[in-house]
Amino acid sequence: MSSFGEPIGSSVTAAESPAGAEPALGPGPDEAKVIRRERLALLLRSKTFIAGVVILGFWIVCAIFGSLLAPDDPLRTNPVSALQAPSSAHLFGTDTLGRDVLSRVLVGARDILIVAPLATLLATAMGTLLGLVTGYFRGFVDDSLGRLIDAILAVPVVIVGLLSMVALGPSTVTVIFVIAVVFTPVIARTVRAAVLSEVQYEYVAAARLRNERAPYILFGEILPNVMGPVLVEFTVRLGYAIFTIATLSFLGFGIQPPAPDWGLQIYQHYGLISGGYWWPVLFPALAIASLVIGVNLLSDGISQAFER
Amino acid sequence: MTRFIAKRLGLGLITLWLLSVLVFFGTQVLPGDVARRILGPFASPSAVNALNKQLGTDKSIFVQYLNWITGLFHGDLGTSVATRTSVSSIVFPALWHSAKLAILAFIIVVPLGILGGVVAALYEGRFRDRLISVGGLSATTVPEFVWSVVFILVFALWLGILPSTATAPPGSGFLTQIEYLVLPALCLVFVLFGYIARMARAGTIESLEADYTRTAVIKGLPYRTVVRRHVLRNSLLPTIAVVATQAGYLIGGLVAIELVFNYQGIGQVLYRAAIQKDFPVLQSAVLIVGVVYLVATLLADLAYSLLNPRIRFESSS
Repeated sequence: MSSFGEPIGSSVTAAESPAGAEPALGPGPDEAKVIRRERLALLLRSKTFIAGVVILGFWIVCAIFGSLLAPDDPLRTNPVSALQAPSSAHLFGTDTLGRDVLSRVLVGARDILIVAPLATLLATAMGTLLGLVTGYFRGFVDDSLGRLIDAILAVPVVIVGLLSMVALGPSTVTVIFVIAVVFTPVIARTVRAAVLSEVQYEYVAAARLRNERAPYILFGEILPNVMGPVLVEFTVRLGYAIFTIATLSFLGFGIQPPAPDWGLQIYQHYGLISGGYWWPVLFPALAIASLVIGVNLLSDGISQAFER
Repeated sequence: MTRFIAKRLGLGLITLWLLSVLVFFGTQVLPGDVARRILGPFASPSAVNALNKQLGTDKSIFVQYLNWITGLFHGDLGTSVATRTSVSSIVFPALWHSAKLAILAFIIVVPLGILGGVVAALYEGRFRDRLISVGGLSATTVPEFVWSVVFILVFALWLGILPSTATAPPGSGFLTQIEYLVLPALCLVFVLFGYIARMARAGTIESLEADYTRTAVIKGLPYRTVVRRHVLRNSLLPTIAVVATQAGYLIGGLVAIELVFNYQGIGQVLYRAAIQKDFPVLQSAVLIVGVVYLVATLLADLAYSLLNPRIRFESSS
């Protein structure tokens, strides 16, 4: 609690706000509107952001209308026409069960685009809560949580996934659990840092002097001012969530068959590459790559706009 | 300085202990008993009891944890449930394999990443910078198994210039072994380049803006000399930290790459142990990955403080 006793005047010059040098009292309502409009203009001028929106938008359309766009039923097996090379009948060829790869790639966007944002949203909510509490109260809870976070971060995400799979069994719920366990501490760390710099501002001291209760100060006063970092963190983590979910599905622990998930399709067919059957692997691989790159371009644009 | 090392070491040990608790109870507090899960639903109760007794899993969970930890301190990692051989004979050869791949990847990616980061910083905000930053970060976010299958397609199947597995035939020489490791290492280069370049870029930009750089420019040093003698040195500091944090990922996080390339590294050991529910192997392998990560970060902190006098003196006072 030592930082609470610091003279407020001195902390203004020392304040290291991630958003740059804002006035000590924080922006007023008009100023906030101007900042928001400037950010939006910046976003719309950013080529990477636009490219990200276009790619992500394409896959969202596929996720929603995939079954209408798909030339074939992605689940219908047809053993007679198994592993056919791309042709005019099947533009992307067929897989080991004779399913149309193009249809499976188009519809495959759905599962990952439901699971990834859900899991990221959960982790962001929990991480923000944790970051607010630890950044505001500090002390023992903060220290011990820091240690626990270090312990979790000491093992790669895949291993947390492996352990959870052993404990909970392979399923979509397990995937969401893994994302929450791994990303919550990381997000909490970012939010905590943002809260630490906000706590120095006078509006927090003023709220404290007004005898406001801690939950109000946390959620009513500080939270709105750290929403920028939280939003940036969400988009960055969304990219990593897609990465992680695809990897877990590829290892057979994530989204389960017969879902047309991209990682799962690669898992089921990568052994056939050396036999020359490249199409059931390459097209889902390109789909994953384009989706993560799209999300990454989008989050790069957003963080560029917010970090000015 | 000694106090700094002692403090870091202490914190590392606490983290390691926490990790051991998490791993042990995470895998052990599961529905059903261990022997039943190994033998399957049709085994007789007496066989289940006998196996539980043999594995020590009939005792309370805390006694089991103590036995495990005591064993670790005596260098005994236990016995694999699946293969009935000692865990050390499975884990340590795999660790060596993983280390070989990691070292090869580092030798390629660290100089490349630093070069990329420095170039990006020198051209900050311009096309070259955006190309390296956005391109590097995009390459980083593509899962490594996607790179793996794409590279196998291109280099092994279509061009036919590199083998599609990472395991060289037994008895092959050093160069052949490296040839087999080139493709998986290339995947790691694509995954890691963005991270390292970003850190090197941030460090370079910071030292380009520092007072000592301005002084060096003002006193008339040629720009090249300023960059080489004053900027580069300081820009490498943050890069060391990020390289170290990737060590845990490189040893043990490469499950997907090792699977695609059929390479017997620690990731593959972990994967197989998880599928076979081979808990002794799983627990010890996870702990070893944790040790590697913590030792690497500890060494990075040490190197960092040795290179940066500000940290060196601050910590000793």
